[in-house]
Amino acid sequence: MFPPLIVLAMIFFVCAPVFIAWAPYESTMGLVQKIFYFHLPSWAAMFVAAIVCGIASAVFLFKGRVIADRIAVSSAELAVVFGLIGLVSGPLWARKAWGVWWQWDARLTMALVLWMIFVAYLLLREYGGPGSEKLAAGVALFGMANVPFVYWSVNVWRTVHPTTNVVPTLVPGMRGALWWSLVGFLLLYALAMMARVRLEEQRAALERIYRELDD
Amino acid sequence: MINGGTHCCSKGDSVKVTVRRAAVLCLLLILGIGVMETSATGLLAQSMQTSQQDEFVPIDELETEDQLPAAPLLIAAYGFAWFAMFVYLWSIWRRLARVERELASLASRTTER
Repeated sequence: MFPPLIVLAMIFFVCAPVFIAWAPYESTMGLVQKIFYFHLPSWAAMFVAAIVCGIASAVFLFKGRVIADRIAVSSAELAVVFGLIGLVSGPLWARKAWGVWWQWDARLTMALVLWMIFVAYLLLREYGGPGSEKLAAGVALFGMANVPFVYWSVNVWRTVHPTTNVVPTLVPGMRGALWWSLVGFLLLYALAMMARVRLEEQRAALERIYRELDD
Repeated sequence: MINGGTHCCSKGDSVKVTVRRAAVLCLLLILGIGVMETSATGLLAQSMQTSQQDEFVPIDELETEDQLPAAPLLIAAYGFAWFAMFVYLWSIWRRLARVERELASLASRTTER
């Protein structure tokens, strides 16, 4: 499962720029609009990571399953990575399209808060000491609850950010490039998740052996 | 008494009329100022809008030195995405290799015992 997924993810990720180059130019923004093909998929992957982390945390909190905790911490790390890509690519696009790097509007501020919740989750796991897993799981639930608000914020509050009806109204040339890129990012997420969960399992095995040696 | 009362009432009425006149005058004055100010603001806004519209230049008609180049921003965005993913996958691989190395050394130690 692992090697085929690596190959598939690499094909998608390496070919994405070619499809993006073929995609037509947007009439008002021109070349810089092509950041969209990495910006949107990175946030989509971030949202998926945040939701997976939230669900796994709920399972860990209410059922006490250790595997759910391993999935949660792995997904939180990926939420931070994909969120960082979105937070960096967004201002680079905004600088040209809006004339500013950042705008403290509802969408951008809520997206930043969402990202910071998952940074807080990881900091809590790292430095919270014994029992921090359960506290962090609670934080993850708040993070997951924030996702629909971030997504829907552009339709509710007045903001410079485009609304959610951009994707359904894309021309076919743009839509193909976007879907290709989106699948590539989601495959990368799956690939990184598998590797990261394996790392957690190996760490747990190592800890178990050390405990047995101590006994 | 009646005369006095009539005289008293008519004096009071005249005071009331004067007060009413003053009130109406004040109201008219306030209304007048309001209307004048509104129209002045409207005219000012209109003139500002006209001047702003005259100043507006579409971004593709700007001088070349005034235009912000898109290519470096695009390259920076894509470069960062690739770099971040590469660094993260490399960090997982490195952490995994370290743990697996430690596991292997522990396994060899336990078999030696």
